[in-house]
Amino acid sequence: MRPTALAAAATLALGVLSPAPAIVAQEEPQAFVGAKLITITRGVIEPGVLIVHRGKIVAAGRRSEVEIPGGAHRHDVAGRVILPGLVDTHSHIGGGWAADGSSPIQPGVRVLDSIDVRDHGFQRAQAGGITTINVMPGSGHLMSGQTVYLKARDADTIEALTIRRADGRILGGMKMANGTNSRRDPPFPGTRGKSAALVREAFVAAEAYREKRATVDPDKRPDRDLGMEALLEVLDGTRIVHHHTHRHDDVLTVLRLQKEFGFRVVLHHVSEGWKVADEIAAAGVGSSLIVVDSPGGKLEARDLLLKTGAVMERAGAKIAFHTDDWITDSRLFLRTAALAVRAGMSRDGALGALTLAPAEMIDLGDRIGSLDPGKDADFVLLDGDPLSVYTKVFETWVEGQKVFDRSDPQDRLWAVGGYGAGNPREGQLCCFGEGGWE
Amino acid sequence: MIAAKSSALRLAVAALAAAIGGLGAPAGAATIAVKGRTVHTGAGEPIRDGVVIVRGGKIVAVGPAARTRIPGGAEVLEAEVVIPGLVDAHSVVGLTGLLNQIHDQDQLERSEPMQPELRAIDAYNALDGLVGWIRSFGVTTIHTGHAPGALISGQTLVAKTRGSTIDDAVVVREAMVAATFGEEALSPEKDKGKAPGTRSKAVAMLRQELVEAQEYAVKRGVDDAAKRPARNLRLDALVRVLGRELPLLVTVHRHQDILSVLRVAEEFGIRVVLDGVAEAHLVLDEIRAAGVPVLPHPPMQRAWGEMENATMELPARLAAAQIPFAFQSGFESYVPKTRVLLFEAALGAANGLGRDRALAAATIDAARILGIADRVGSLEIGKDGDLALYDGDPFEYTTHCLGVVIDGQAFAGEMH
Repeated sequence: MRPTALAAAATLALGVLSPAPAIVAQEEPQAFVGAKLITITRGVIEPGVLIVHRGKIVAAGRRSEVEIPGGAHRHDVAGRVILPGLVDTHSHIGGGWAADGSSPIQPGVRVLDSIDVRDHGFQRAQAGGITTINVMPGSGHLMSGQTVYLKARDADTIEALTIRRADGRILGGMKMANGTNSRRDPPFPGTRGKSAALVREAFVAAEAYREKRATVDPDKRPDRDLGMEALLEVLDGTRIVHHHTHRHDDVLTVLRLQKEFGFRVVLHHVSEGWKVADEIAAAGVGSSLIVVDSPGGKLEARDLLLKTGAVMERAGAKIAFHTDDWITDSRLFLRTAALAVRAGMSRDGALGALTLAPAEMIDLGDRIGSLDPGKDADFVLLDGDPLSVYTKVFETWVEGQKVFDRSDPQDRLWAVGGYGAGNPREGQLCCFGEGGWE
Repeated sequence: MIAAKSSALRLAVAALAAAIGGLGAPAGAATIAVKGRTVHTGAGEPIRDGVVIVRGGKIVAVGPAARTRIPGGAEVLEAEVVIPGLVDAHSVVGLTGLLNQIHDQDQLERSEPMQPELRAIDAYNALDGLVGWIRSFGVTTIHTGHAPGALISGQTLVAKTRGSTIDDAVVVREAMVAATFGEEALSPEKDKGKAPGTRSKAVAMLRQELVEAQEYAVKRGVDDAAKRPARNLRLDALVRVLGRELPLLVTVHRHQDILSVLRVAEEFGIRVVLDGVAEAHLVLDEIRAAGVPVLPHPPMQRAWGEMENATMELPARLAAAQIPFAFQSGFESYVPKTRVLLFEAALGAANGLGRDRALAAATIDAARILGIADRVGSLEIGKDGDLALYDGDPFEYTTHCLGVVIDGQAFAGEMH
């Protein structure tokens, strides 16, 4: 759902530079009354009440125990199911591209500098109940650049979608890959051994850079290097590595390098994770899984099966899911968890793997991922069991703002498809007669 | 094997395992009785507590368990829900293999823009992993063959998802001739001068080819053998299209291209089956007036390029317009290497079509469009013994396919 033109115009007229676009005042609390609350941390509450105020959850509990504040705007949502907003740890919506073809390791390049926020992928994400997204560069490099964590707010600039630390730093991770996607002609690696060696060299160089930058004599310090600075954030643990990896041996290579350099890592895709589930669990690293409808498509995905989540859950590994949009469709993210349950994963585990577990994998577990007081008011209203094919996302809310409403015809177009759904948002024949088509 | 939810299901799984033990036996040698709490026959109302008896590969009895005798010695399989084996109305499984390497990709030959003489039977790999994969979810019959991507890419066939050779599996050796309209058939740069560079050129090339085939047919029919032109495999195939023996299966998405297909079909009096048709919702009246069947793109089709206006509700829109249609898995060049008909029909069911109509569009309606409704698509006496067994609503995400029976031969369901 888009902010109204009127609200946008008012913002412009007042000359206000708002951190997020056209936020409707949230002076009154809002009470969502009567729904089944799937809290993730405190089980299922039914019937429940969810109170949100100024973008945060202030209460989520039993109808009989939660007092609805006077003056609250009341939403009767009996019969609905409320789930925390879904967290997608790996997406390519917005068409962002970071590293170029000049070298296999480019830590200084940021995907946020290339994302088209008017891409309809953001609307498809909202339609799928996704409220937080790790947008990543591709897997064609050993290190293809910095990822960015975004909220699925209604906004027209990338800045307005970002999530910032108290000091203003925009949050994101570092994308890495191994296996076959990042193998190419020189200067790219031609083998797995060379791939690992190049990555190790980069981290060794970063460690040396750190030491030299600490030299007392300023004339002897090396010049600032953006790539090295990003690698140091990785080594310091303030920038998590999101590592594309499919085959069992490639997974173990990631764990080996992680142990050597001590960076924090989340394994992504992990198609053969079911073969090395115990090793992954023992390493204590998170895994973000993809679920696709058939194996294959390339050699290293030959043994991709629906049971990966179930096997890894039994082994005690920490699991999230991702869309890898457009590999799978953001509108169908709930389906990913449902298919994992079909193959033996627990329902609670699968729902956690869409919410709190991925939140923790991007260091936002204290802020999003469950229906708990103090967290961001990010949630999804459904009309039934989240794991049923017949269930629809009715509304998606981000920080107390409704960003998707299935009863709105334009939002429904994003959810279902149809004429106009493929166009970039707001791009439909807007500019005929205004010149400039060159 | 999946965790069975009840003792009855565990029994069903065990029985299936026993039946599968005879995998080497010729199809249909044994008698199998399939019991279902609900049996959707595809011919009349569902039967509560029903049973289907299969002998000699064919269905010999269908009815309520209370009134249907199970022959002594029959293998008994049980499931919550039993349906006719799913019929995938258009796939490329068997030609485009699981690994996606050069050696297992035979779905598209790009050397010429029109090659109707390419037969699917000369490429189908009955042992590719994807055949077993889709079977494990309940797909027992596939219409497969040459893929979209050339103006005429080649022929298709219909096969059962069993057997170790195409001869074991085949139902219809030559089913349709596959064509593509729109951008996918154009290669303005790479094959300049050979493949069409514009929509108009593509239609002109196809019309010219059909005219040539018409004239070839006349000349081949002259009394004086010495005056007949030499046999031409390419034109032979098109003569069968002109004779309405083989339909032209046209993959097409843009609304204007859909109308171009109908225009050519009318000009030459050929049968066409529209495939994909992401913008069919814009020209429903024209499609209905032309009386052509439609194989809509899978509901989960990625909406990009010419399919950017695709809608998950297309099957529901076709049903409302009373246009005959059937579900297909389509073609994917990367992942998923094949879509699974069961999953696509499920999304159609959940997006306005409803369970019963979706089930029909994944079984009997597909069989009718493929011209094989006398053999598959419903559970009726005399038809092939093709069934799929589930532990609940077949379309629900968390339901399992417990197994399938094809021509009286039992196979395992999905393994997790």
